[in-house]
Parts: sequence; C-alpha cells; structure tokens
Amino acid sequence: MTVRDLFPVHAGFLPLLDSALLVVAANCGFAEAQGIDLRLTRETSWANIRDRMAVGHFEVAHMLAPMPIAAALGFSPMPLDLIAPMALGTGGNAVTVSNDLHREMTIEDAGPMLDPITSGIALARVIKDRKSDKNRKPVFAVVHPYSGHNYELRYWLAANGIVPDRDVDLVIVPPPLMADALRAGRIDGYCVGEPWNSLAVNMGVGRIVTTKSRIWRGSPEKVLGVSVTFANHHPEILDRLLCALVLAAQWCGNKDNHDELANLLSGRDYIGIDALHMLPALDGTLSGKEVNSDENVPRGNGAFFEPLEQAATFPWKSHALWFYSQMVRWGQVIWNPDHVKQVANVYRPDLYRAALSTLDIPLPSAASKVEGALKEMTPVGSVKGRLFLGPDGFFDGQVFDPDAIEEYIALQNRS
Amino acid sequence: MSPDNVSVLVIDENRIRASIIEAGLADSGYQNVTLVHDMDGVAEHIESTHPDVIVIDLENPNRDMLEQLFVLTRSVQRPIAMFVDNSDRDVMEAAIDAGVSAYVVDGLKQDRVKPILDMAITRFKAYSRMARELEDARNELADRKLIDQAKGILMQSRGIGEDEAYRMLRTTAMNQNRKISEIAQSLITASSLIDVTGEAK
Repeated sequence: MTVRDLFPVHAGFLPLLDSALLVVAANCGFAEAQGIDLRLTRETSWANIRDRMAVGHFEVAHMLAPMPIAAALGFSPMPLDLIAPMALGTGGNAVTVSNDLHREMTIEDAGPMLDPITSGIALARVIKDRKSDKNRKPVFAVVHPYSGHNYELRYWLAANGIVPDRDVDLVIVPPPLMADALRAGRIDGYCVGEPWNSLAVNMGVGRIVTTKSRIWRGSPEKVLGVSVTFANHHPEILDRLLCALVLAAQWCGNKDNHDELANLLSGRDYIGIDALHMLPALDGTLSGKEVNSDENVPRGNGAFFEPLEQAATFPWKSHALWFYSQMVRWGQVIWNPDHVKQVANVYRPDLYRAALSTLDIPLPSAASKVEGALKEMTPVGSVKGRLFLGPDGFFDGQVFDPDAIEEYIALQNRS
Repeated sequence: MSPDNVSVLVIDENRIRASIIEAGLADSGYQNVTLVHDMDGVAEHIESTHPDVIVIDLENPNRDMLEQLFVLTRSVQRPIAMFVDNSDRDVMEAAIDAGVSAYVVDGLKQDRVKPILDMAITRFKAYSRMARELEDARNELADRKLIDQAKGILMQSRGIGEDEAYRMLRTTAMNQNRKISEIAQSLITASSLIDVTGEAK
C-alpha cells in the first residue's frame, strides 16, 4: 500500500510518556497496517489541542481524560463535540516535591516514600508547622484544571486532612516547565505525567513522594479524544484507528520493546529529552532512588503506567462519572442530575468493543464498574477470552459506585 | 468606546513580533497597549492593567495557565471570555491558522474587538512570512558560499575557468536530479577527505 492509498488522520499530542500509543502507532507500522496515515503534531498546551480540535485541524487527539467531559458541559470557548472511545493507558503520573520540602517531610517521619499515607501525613505535619508563616504556604502545580492531576492531587491532600484551597496554593504549569519551576523555587511541588517527574529527580532538583497508581490503582489518565463529526463521517476509519492503537499498546507493554520505545519517545519531534528519563516509568522502577524497590510491581492495575493489561484502554463510564464527581467536589460545576447521562455518554465503550471485535483481546462486557470494589485480582465478565481485573481502588479505602454518585459527592463534602 | 480607551495586553515571548503588533495597534489609534514577554508576573499585570483584550501567541505553553487565571479572577474581577464571539467562527479559524489567540472581557462589543484581532492576525501572518523569507535568504547565502568554494576546488584541480566550473556543477546536479548546493557540498566533503589522505602520506 502506498502512502497515497492511506487515509490521513491528524492527531495532536503533548510531550508526555502516555503519548506512546499514538507515537508507536504512527512510527511502528500499526496505523499503516490499518490503512491509516497517522500524522502527529506536537502541541504546546491543552488549550491548543482543544482549539485545534474545534476548528478541525485535528480529528483526534491525546487528551486529559476529563477534557471531553468539560467540553460536553460547555467549558469550552468554542462549541466542541467530543467523544472518548478509548483510553490511552492507566497511571503514569507522580507527585514530586522540592528537595527542601522533601527534607522537611523526612524530618516529619515521612517513612517509606511513595506511600500516599505516610508521605501525606508527613506533608500535613509540615503544613501545620509552617502555618504561622504565611509566606511558606506550599505552592503545588498541576497541568490543567480539568485534569486527572488536579483531581488526584486534591484527593490525596484532602484524604490526609489538607484542605487544597486553604492550605496550599494550586497553580498551573505546563509539563515540560515543571522541573525548571521547581528548581527556580516558584513552586514547591507538582503532579505531572512522566517523564517530567523523573527529569526533576535526575536533575537533582526534586523527589517523588507518591504516584497516581498509589493514590488510585488502575486509574484513568489520558483518552483518545475524537471529534463527533469525524466519528460520524468515518466510523470505519475510527474502528481501524482504535485497532492500531490497541496493537500499539500491546507493543508498548512488551518489555523487550522498552529500550526502543524510550529512544523513539526521546526523539526531537516527540518528548525531546534523553531516553534515560523515560525508562523508570516504563520498567516500573520509578526514580525514587533508594525507595524505588516497592514500585517494582507486576503489570496490571498496580503498575505505575499500564498501556494494555486489565482493560487499561477501555473507556469505563464509571471513570467519566468519577471525574464529574470531582468537578462538583471542587466547585468547577454545580451538581445537576441531568449531567450524569450527559457525562456518561461522552465515554463510548460500545464503540471500543465494536471496533476491537476482530482482535484477539478480551473485552469487558460491562460499561461501568464500582471503583475500588475489587480487593484482589478477580475474573470478570468478558466478551471473549478471560479477563481479570483488580485489585483496584483508592488508597483511603473509599469506594465509588457510579449509581450512587450523589451520595458519594455528599460524603466527600462532609469530610 | 474609541480605540484609545480599549486596553490591550499582548503576551508574546517573541519581542520582535510583539513590537510589530504594538506598532500596528498604535497606527490604528490604540494607545493603551502593554507588551509582556515573560509569563512570570503576568497575573499581577492583569490585575494592575485591567486589559479589555488579551492577545497571546499559540506557541506559548502557558495558555493553560493564563486560562486558569481568568477562572480565578472571575469572581473578583471582570469575567473574561475567549475570542470575539462564538458565532464568529471564521475569525477564530483565521486566528488559530495564523497562530494567535485572544481573550476579551465579557461584554466588550464585538465590533470593538474584531479590528484588534484582525490586526493581530494580519501582523502574525506578516511576521511568519518575514521569518520565512529571512530563513530562505540565509539558506541562499549559505548555498552561495558552498558553490563558490566548490568552484574554487574545480578551478584549481582541473585548471579551468570559473564559468566552466559552474557549468560542471550545474550539469552534474541536473544529471543526478539534485540541487547544485548539494553537489557542491559533496565535492567539498570528498575533496577534504582526499586532502587529509594526502597529508597523511
């Protein structure tokens, strides 16, 4: 097949490790094998991704999982109809703090780092100690208000008795500038996707204190945002694109390919920093230096970043609804029962299942699940093959039942 | 509201381009224009200058930060919406194509904003064209130097004149379907290898 016969699909992405599925699909023949010429454009902000989707420069994009939901709720300057027919893996983020803040946390007996309980309690003590001095209120950065980073950081803080909007200042910083902002002392910590945590550790300017996978095991992070117009006009192309991305995910998950993947991602057109900063996230030895051994977990829900196993690319409606619950919790939107259906309809497991029916991959038969219900690895109903999920869930033991979202929000508001 | 009392904040790390926009706005009678090149302290700038319109380049990675500032200041300051008006899709597309984005204070009439955005779009395009032409000119100059050097090598080694040396390069380029500058580069590289070997003897 010559390039002329391929169907061009334009995709925007930000320089982050979890753009891997798109980068691999475009570079390792997976898109081409499906008859697609996948043209990637690196963008500098999520706002650019959103706006260029709105004017039709991109048909699909690497997106923060809450972005299509925010668009559906009208938080977009231009009309923007998006769906999320696929997730781009689970996990992949971490919380990094400055060396100074890390030292203070260590004095407060942070214990084994990366553990969201001990590090959270230590941070709470530091904040209490600092309270007498207004100038020492810690500043934490996240990448976007409608992001998994914002919600998981706030979740972690709140579960440790830290009130995000009172006890810390939360600001927005673009991922590639995080480590510099930390070094310059403009921020004291941040929550961002890899490799921008490992970069700070390798530069010697920060330390990782916990990870997204520890705060919520198997939690959603990026999705493939798809323009509704494109999905309606070219359903077969979208099917083939989803197949290409899932096969790319399979390739990314094979550890024999990790060196090649790290080198590919380090290319100038992609992440553009040395491959050594990519490897910790890929092989699960996240750069906590001496404290990294307990992050050596097997593949699946507990992995730091999981591209495929345990339905990591399945767009669970319960994930969409959890993000909505957090938008309400932090005052970004006022609770409205009518939103529930609207939000759930943005994530499209039906399209995912239909597109992948030709591949030999087990597909969950449910569209939604109770998050945090599985205490151990459990077989679940699947369309074909055997599928195991779990253990999953939040570090504080809370359970999110998407059918009881209002109660969940009420409970969180009380705490 | 006449042009001179609409306040415009231009955020662009590219100082030359920012100045070009400022000049364009000044020509159209906008006197109240502030330029910001560095995102540090941009929040204070917005607080103190109360811009009616903010123009920012799309290459700027801090757009997400800027939008968050609007959300934060919404309750205490005037609300800021993005772009001219949702109905004016053509202007939005033109802006994004040109690489610029704009935010306006809610309630500012569209006919007040459109000339500013049109100006920014025109100036952004003019700047891109200028940058491209400059790049072309630089490449051309570099090519010219290579060709002169290659001609010199041929003239010396073959004892031929300048015109004939150029013809040889040109004919080879045509035969191989390559640019003359590429042939010149190959010749220079090959010649330097031979010279080095010669010295080693």
